[in-house]
Amino acid sequence: MKSAGPVSGSRSFLAKLRNGDEIARLVTLIFATTVVLITAGLVWELWVNSALPRQKFGFSFFVTSVWDPIMDQFGALPFIYGTMVTSAVALVIAVPLGIGAAIFLAELAPPRVSDILQFFIDLLAAVPSVIYGLLGVFIVVPLMRTVIYPALNKPFGYLPIFKGPSYGVGFMTAGIVLAIMVIPYIISVSREVLLSVPRDQREAALALGSTRWESTWKVVVPFAKTGIMGSIFLALARALGETMAVTMVIGNTPKIAASLFAPGYSIAAVIANEFTEATGDLYLQSLIALGLVLFLLTFILNGLARLLIVVTTQKGSEVGG
Amino acid sequence: MKRIAGITIGVLALCAIVLADNALLINGAGATFPYPIYSKWFDVYHTNNPNFQFNYQSVGSGAGIKQVTEGTVDFGATDGPMNDDQLKAYQDKHGSGILHFPTVLGADVPTYNIQGVTGALNFTPEALAGIFLGKVTKWNDPAIAGPNKGVSLPAADIVVVHRSDGSGTTYIWTDYLSKVSEEWKSKVSKGTSVNWPVGLGGKGNEGVTGLIKQTPNSIGYVELIYAVQNNIPYGSVKNSSGGFVKADLASVTAAAAGAAKQMPDDFRVSITNAPGKTAYPISSFTWLLIPQKFQDAPKRDAIKGFLKWMLADGQNSVEALSYAKLPKEVVEKEKKAINNIQ
Amino acid sequence: MTNGRLRWRKFVSNFMLAMTGVCAFVSVLVLFFILGYLLFNGGTSINWDFFTKLPKPVGETGGGMSNAIVGSGKILLLASLIGVPIGFLGGIYLAEFSGKGMASVVRYAADLLNGVPSIVIGIFAYSLVVLPFKHFSAYAGAFALGMMMIPITLRSTEEFLKSVPRMLREGAMALGASKWKTIATVIVPAAYRGIMTAILLALARVAGETAPLLFTAFGNRFESHGWSQPTATLPVMIYTYAVSPYDDWHRQAWAAGLVLLGLVLIINILARTILSRGIAVPRS
Repeated sequence: MKSAGPVSGSRSFLAKLRNGDEIARLVTLIFATTVVLITAGLVWELWVNSALPRQKFGFSFFVTSVWDPIMDQFGALPFIYGTMVTSAVALVIAVPLGIGAAIFLAELAPPRVSDILQFFIDLLAAVPSVIYGLLGVFIVVPLMRTVIYPALNKPFGYLPIFKGPSYGVGFMTAGIVLAIMVIPYIISVSREVLLSVPRDQREAALALGSTRWESTWKVVVPFAKTGIMGSIFLALARALGETMAVTMVIGNTPKIAASLFAPGYSIAAVIANEFTEATGDLYLQSLIALGLVLFLLTFILNGLARLLIVVTTQKGSEVGG
Repeated sequence: MKRIAGITIGVLALCAIVLADNALLINGAGATFPYPIYSKWFDVYHTNNPNFQFNYQSVGSGAGIKQVTEGTVDFGATDGPMNDDQLKAYQDKHGSGILHFPTVLGADVPTYNIQGVTGALNFTPEALAGIFLGKVTKWNDPAIAGPNKGVSLPAADIVVVHRSDGSGTTYIWTDYLSKVSEEWKSKVSKGTSVNWPVGLGGKGNEGVTGLIKQTPNSIGYVELIYAVQNNIPYGSVKNSSGGFVKADLASVTAAAAGAAKQMPDDFRVSITNAPGKTAYPISSFTWLLIPQKFQDAPKRDAIKGFLKWMLADGQNSVEALSYAKLPKEVVEKEKKAINNIQ
Repeated sequence: MTNGRLRWRKFVSNFMLAMTGVCAFVSVLVLFFILGYLLFNGGTSINWDFFTKLPKPVGETGGGMSNAIVGSGKILLLASLIGVPIGFLGGIYLAEFSGKGMASVVRYAADLLNGVPSIVIGIFAYSLVVLPFKHFSAYAGAFALGMMMIPITLRSTEEFLKSVPRMLREGAMALGASKWKTIATVIVPAAYRGIMTAILLALARVAGETAPLLFTAFGNRFESHGWSQPTATLPVMIYTYAVSPYDDWHRQAWAAGLVLLGLVLIINILARTILSRGIAVPRS
């Protein structure tokens, strides 16, 4: 759309104006394209630089559990397993806590209190991951060894997930640290979607004689269900990609074990530990292939999360009120 | 107005940072095994020669080899000498070779954290191999208890700690185990990064020591000085002559005696399980990896200057950190080899 | 409905609602616990030496992290110089100039970039900047962090520009201003607060990142001069010192953690206060 220049003024002045806009458009277009180029370049680099393991191992790369740099045998399974398990533990802890807190913030707390608490939750989300790692090493690991392990192993040690000795580090320790890191995401997003549930839903339930809790749990939360799912996916995507906090407390052992107390490894952690020393192209490219896997996982989860959140908030405004 | 002032201040600050002091920075990376002595050396050398800054990053021998091959650092350091494939890869990439320069002698010691055990346990090669293979799982196993009569060992599970990164210390340890255990040789073999049957992974000698310190009933292998500096007990190992020897200056020097007389020209040699009644069986040289050809003349001269200092004055400070001096024959040979750096 | 049943339901209601309150307070408590713990352990270790001295050789006590503090500062500055212009100008394009097709492509790319795990960004920066130039450097680290700042800056700029009321735009045009002049002198200043907030939040986020710096800035025992030398940074030092066995290094790791956390929290609080004061919107 051409800008409306002043009616008065010489033709060359008009021409210059139009050029100014063109220049502005071009300049900003270049920068916008840079963003696209960077992203495309990143994906391309990942794909091209992980060609060797694709050719050599094919699909079996994802299901082999051997990681042997001497024999040039690389399998991604222990890392995928570790990433999944630690994230699962994190969600098991963070989801109930997070949704509970979000319900409190959205339904019960007076608006000012809710905002202040949300402010603090946002600050929690800003804490750098290496600091979580620091706390993990010096607080959670000893806590695991002295308190949590005995509490779970003595009564439930016959269950495969609670069997075996504890080293302090391991899947569960990493899961606990991750849980603390992702709670803020669950709380912020769930609170938003709960707030967007129209008032008349609650009021209708209360008018029909339900208690406060019943109206919240049986009407409001199900209404916001998809958005809450979205927040969980966001939290999951964050947990999957976390590097430092995990590598400091997971035990760095590429083995698959049923027990949550066993040491393990995650995709991000093995890349951080072994990338600068991977001699040999197959080794290096196998690590990059792992990076590609991680990227794809987080990409899918983030996309799904966004979709779910948008759908819920739209639903809220559609139903109206 | 305020914005312009802010920007000017910023730019000035930038200039101040950028244009400060112009010492020549030489970057190196690699083994954690000799990191205590290297960091001391580079510190002293910089104090004596303020125009040179040697920035050494302790990231593990594997990374040292890789990064010097990629050319992202000026020199590397490793306790596991580069094998022929790696040497060839370097040659192919740069068109010239890379040289190994031994710097000190050190030892891998088995350190442990067992409640009530503060002295040195005796370990046989079979016990060590068994522990790291995951076959000896309890501290009071006869393989360990046998040579340690009089020490009360708990019936607790052994927590094995090894390196999570590519490590020359690992190379030395697995080199030794491959020599004393057929099973280890066929199952795991030797290298800077192996497929460990059991255990937790720590990053660097520092990380392994840290894990052992915190984890009860654990055992791992670290360079001698890490155990000494952190006051954790370490054991004696039975050598090829049958005696239990603890790692110290004398036993490590004894291990190198034979190799010193027959040092190959490229200085790549293994002295694990060395013959000799007083030799400590898990000793090793550690090397600096110096490119044969340098584009940058000042850097080359700086490195050559450092090497000459290292072989003379530098050797006088190694024993304080529990590393053994290089044998005289090796020092002489290295002095001549410095001339190969162009 | 019997009275007993009603009483039970009321009890359940009060109990569950109380539990949600517990959840909320526990979550907030964690933040204060972290702060308190860092203050306690780090506060005692922060001294003048920490800010002014270089690290000592391994195993010796004392020394500080002056090179890491300066290094982090340098890299963050350069990262902002890389990431902010791209995000800001790209955001202007999306809000003011682009057609629907191009806009969704750019937005999609930005969202993709935002979701990339930071370790993968490190891999990318290593292949793109460290290998070809053959050294670890401050600008490689800044490139990695700058890339991470782009998506937040881009999306926020677009949003805040779009939220500027139409009448401002139309008023300016009616007075004869060209499009770019309108943007530069009217719209951007109106959205200034929001954009500033976004930049500060992006900065706070990358200030704490460790993984991308592991293979780009690497590390330096000394002060790094210029931009093309390996550089020590606070997060990487914290990591290295925390996993080591030396008690003195642990002490310094706590101090560094406190400094880093303090920096990040201050930036966050600053950003949020700016935003909450409201985006300048003229009355009609």
